[in-house]
Amino acid sequence: MNAALNGLLSQFKATGVETCFHGRHIKPQILDGLNGSNWSIKDYEARGGYQALRKILGKDGGEGLTQDQVIATVKESGLRGRGGAGFPTGLKWSFMPRQFPGQKYLVCNSDEGEPGTCKDRDIMQFNPHTVIEGMAIAAYAMGISVGYNYIHGEIFATYERFEEALEQARAAGYLGANILGSNFSFQLHAAHGFGAYICGEETALLESLEGKKGQPRFKPPFPASYGLYGKPTTINNTETFAAVPWIIRNGGQAYLECGKPNNGGTKIFSVSGDVERPGNYEIPMGTPFSVLLELAGGVKGGRALKAVIPGGSSAPVLPANIMMDITMDYDSIAKAGSMLGSGAVIVLDETRCMVKSLLRLSYFYMHESCGQCTPCREGTGWLWRVVERIENGEGRESDLELLDNVAENIMGRTICALGDAAAMPVRGMIKHFRHEFEHHIAHKTCLVNATV
Amino acid sequence: MSAIEQRSFNMKSLEPKPSDFTSEVLARFAREVAKYPNDQKQSAVMACLSIVQQVNGLISPGDELFLSAYLDMSPMAVHEVSTFYNMYNLEPTGTYKINVCTNLPCQLRGGQNALDYLCKKLDIQVGETTKDGLFTLQPGECMGACADAPVLLVNDRNMCSFMSTEKMDQLIDGLKETVANGSKS
Repeated sequence: MNAALNGLLSQFKATGVETCFHGRHIKPQILDGLNGSNWSIKDYEARGGYQALRKILGKDGGEGLTQDQVIATVKESGLRGRGGAGFPTGLKWSFMPRQFPGQKYLVCNSDEGEPGTCKDRDIMQFNPHTVIEGMAIAAYAMGISVGYNYIHGEIFATYERFEEALEQARAAGYLGANILGSNFSFQLHAAHGFGAYICGEETALLESLEGKKGQPRFKPPFPASYGLYGKPTTINNTETFAAVPWIIRNGGQAYLECGKPNNGGTKIFSVSGDVERPGNYEIPMGTPFSVLLELAGGVKGGRALKAVIPGGSSAPVLPANIMMDITMDYDSIAKAGSMLGSGAVIVLDETRCMVKSLLRLSYFYMHESCGQCTPCREGTGWLWRVVERIENGEGRESDLELLDNVAENIMGRTICALGDAAAMPVRGMIKHFRHEFEHHIAHKTCLVNATV
Repeated sequence: MSAIEQRSFNMKSLEPKPSDFTSEVLARFAREVAKYPNDQKQSAVMACLSIVQQVNGLISPGDELFLSAYLDMSPMAVHEVSTFYNMYNLEPTGTYKINVCTNLPCQLRGGQNALDYLCKKLDIQVGETTKDGLFTLQPGECMGACADAPVLLVNDRNMCSFMSTEKMDQLIDGLKETVANGSKS
């Protein structure tokens, strides 16, 4: 690409100023002290980077940590998977058959495509070494010698940044054979997707990493016993790995105390939609939603809050009154009937039509269904077509029942969670905003336009 | 000849042509293959296809055949990958392929308006290519940059953030200018 074209396109590149370096985090760990130009290894080391890796390998003057000690520390921290499922990380690591004699793999899931989520991109763009260090620590704890970071194909600049960071880490001896003179060796590589949401599902990601179309596998067997190339594999999200160095440096208890019981640490929430300052906000688990909304500048234009999708587009929507009463952590959001998911907070103001919002999401799931399971392949099409006719004033009285029936017949009947992810927003929307759907069907017009 | 007829016509005359790729491109393929175990070359197919697309603008049946031999996999296995993932171009596009994200978080911040604006500005419908062959316009699904909306991609690898109408004007006019001055992505 020539200089003129490069110069033109570079003007439109995200700088992170609006979304990441706004100084509106609360007790940040992963995004702390970043400014966009201090991503490289020297800056990372100056912030205390790679100290955790030195510590576990006994290269900081101490005795080092055993594999069991590292896993115990992560268990103690209460760290739960940041990709969506919220599975306890230490527990997942303990499932890995460490004594397995053959090759084992570590995989980082950076295929960030859950609508609303844009945190892993900022982590890898502005602090890539924390992911590398976290992966190296995980590899040590589970006795793994090879890892891959699978990065969303749409963020190529970030993929290239991560590759550059890998080169730096190799040159500095933090990756490769006999790291820092120890007997621990770990090779880490970057791979990329090319436009398939389904590859964020861990077994579809493994298929893609094997050079195949990304269709999820049956579980069991789980990746811990049959993963990449059929070998034991552990997969964690980018933000999960990024949290690990802080935990090793400061201890599991300190991390747990940042959040609340069973919901340790900080979490990066990507706030999008109708707010004044969309962006990533790293806050302790258990922070009230009202505080997060305030950090994001409040609802756009001073309008009233209508609803929030609290955990990425697959999470059921919650109305404003419920949202304003809850805290941002796995347990509190689950209790309110939704899920924290990937931490993608999509804010909808009073002018938004819920039928139209659901229509766009239903199109997305239909488009991204991999087609492997009939309930999902056919069902997502049904959901979209029915919501579309309701939106366009052609809805029938029986349609809400039909939507619920289709959703019911997708959920729990597919190999992976995409089917459930398509069904849950439909059920959530109808549960909380049934009157809007009924109005669309009865009056062939939108309730919102009529009143606002 | 329609694009589909063109493609089946190409299928008849296809044969692998490694000489199509410069030594620089072949070195990039090799670098991807080196990331994986010796008996798992196929893992590099995603990256190699995207490199082909970056260099040639699309993936031809001949390219797929070449990669199948290069990566020790069947031609159909390569084709399964190139047809499964949304970003691979199996048909010619304009010099600049533009994908605008219209998913819900972007839609709430003008993503759909951005796509509509570009349709008007380029005088084409979604999915079409301008008559001068410069621009192809497509909608996109979540690009993982929701806080930057409106967001668009230029030729897969260049993300443009916060694309107001002024910035879209600047982008389109600038791209036209670079072509007029004889450069190409």
